[in-house]
Amino acid sequence: MRYRIWRVVVFLLALFPPLLWLYMGLTQQLGPDPGKVLVDNLGQGALVLLLLTLSMTPLRRLSAWGGWIAVRRQLGLWCFTYVLLHVAGYLTFILGLRFDRLLDDLSERPYIIVGALAFVGLWLLALTSNHYSVRRLGARWRQLHKLVYVILVLGLLHMLWVVRSDIGEWVFYAVSGAALLMLRIPAVAAWLSARPGKVKSFRKALTAKSAGL
Amino acid sequence: MLIKVPLESAARESEITPESVYLSRRTFMAAAGGLAAMSALPLRAETSRYADVEAASNPAWFTEKLPGVQWGAVTAGDEALTPFKDATHYNNFYEFGTSKGDPARYADKLEVEPWTVMIDGEVAKPGPVSLESLVQPHRLEERIYRLRCVEAWSMVIPWLGFPLADLLKRAEPTSKARYVRFETKVAPEQMSGVRSGFSLIDWPYREGLRLDEAMHPLSIMAVGIYGRVLPNQNGAPLRLVVPWKYGFKSIKSIVRISLVAEQPATTWESLAPDEYGFYANVNPEVDHPRWSQATERRLPNSLFSPNVVPTKLFNGYDEVASLYSGLDLRKYY
Repeated sequence: MRYRIWRVVVFLLALFPPLLWLYMGLTQQLGPDPGKVLVDNLGQGALVLLLLTLSMTPLRRLSAWGGWIAVRRQLGLWCFTYVLLHVAGYLTFILGLRFDRLLDDLSERPYIIVGALAFVGLWLLALTSNHYSVRRLGARWRQLHKLVYVILVLGLLHMLWVVRSDIGEWVFYAVSGAALLMLRIPAVAAWLSARPGKVKSFRKALTAKSAGL
Repeated sequence: MLIKVPLESAARESEITPESVYLSRRTFMAAAGGLAAMSALPLRAETSRYADVEAASNPAWFTEKLPGVQWGAVTAGDEALTPFKDATHYNNFYEFGTSKGDPARYADKLEVEPWTVMIDGEVAKPGPVSLESLVQPHRLEERIYRLRCVEAWSMVIPWLGFPLADLLKRAEPTSKARYVRFETKVAPEQMSGVRSGFSLIDWPYREGLRLDEAMHPLSIMAVGIYGRVLPNQNGAPLRLVVPWKYGFKSIKSIVRISLVAEQPATTWESLAPDEYGFYANVNPEVDHPRWSQATERRLPNSLFSPNVVPTKLFNGYDEVASLYSGLDLRKYY
């Protein structure tokens, strides 16, 4: 498998934060409400991973390095894993495993509904992220996985609804998300793809120049 | 001449206790014991009333009040106190940032001495009052209250304070006074949160109570916590504590108390009126639009025991119910 070390590095980097948070939570280093902190961290981590996943294609266009695409699926699956843990944490630490409360939340609270929709969407993408599904679905696979853009918007909305008064952090994520979506506009994407050539020719010109000197 | 060589083990003349002293031994012991006990008592009160309390350099006006404190004036039954460390390192005080750890990190920048409170509005005796003279006439009481945050977590905290009613009576509210409006200090150079360009809050932080709520014996002005002076992050040097309402009503670091005729516009109500009402009474039946208020997480908790407990109407302080008879608590939440 190509880029094996790179894949392993990404795997370990994504695995590390939840283990650290769990350890800190178990040793009372996350403050008096560790469950809530764990749930918040996992949600935020999932958003970061989603943005990273969406950065891989533009980075590939920009740099012509195949390593970006080699870890794209892995990052997407990590995002789903974080969301799965985020939901499990919410059920355990916030609701205290009272499932009647879950039904109330799902029927009454828009931000929970939006979060749940994003969760279901990610689940669909995770289920169809294997080679068999790619082959089986053919052209429809691409269509289905465009759902990731909808999931990003739902995720940002879910976070915005949690913010109480200071939207600085949210604005950072929203601007990053918007920028990544804009890089998918065909004209912008084409311009990005033209970059590697330019970088190469720039580098060539530079070497030629220094050789001439 | 008879020369006596005493045995090495024999008692010397100087070692023999006179009979009168021997007979008064019990009196002596009792007196010494009493002295020892008396010298130990104030020490206990100052240093080890509660475990793991960070020592404070209590200001003079506070130290003068300590001997007269009525300890345990209100208790929380058999409920365990939240450890000092948690009550002082898990705070909402947005003037210092929105994260729970920000207040403990940054609030030491707040200058709490000297401190003046402006009392104005519909009162016979308006004017600025120094903190010392504000606290001076009052005996401090320890009130152990449950504190319920609107974010669905709760703590049990021993406050030191005095009834707000006593303070208001000194200012002599006029017949026009129907509400009390409070304001927190705003000092951007001392408060990192106030300097944030992304905050939606229109400083200063404002809160309010109906006059009869303010006069209720449970409403107190607190100057201390866990037997010591208030740490800055907990609202030093003077804060409100209204135990049957969500925590955000209990405004911190007060610099202005105004008696007014109309219901004041308060910070959270102005920001999101559908989420934070003026009354903000703890009520398990009225959910926050984003989460249920039926239960709360009693802190500290752990991953093994999330400690989710049912929330009680008025946070369990049923004695305030009569204040709201005839009021629709869903509409006036």
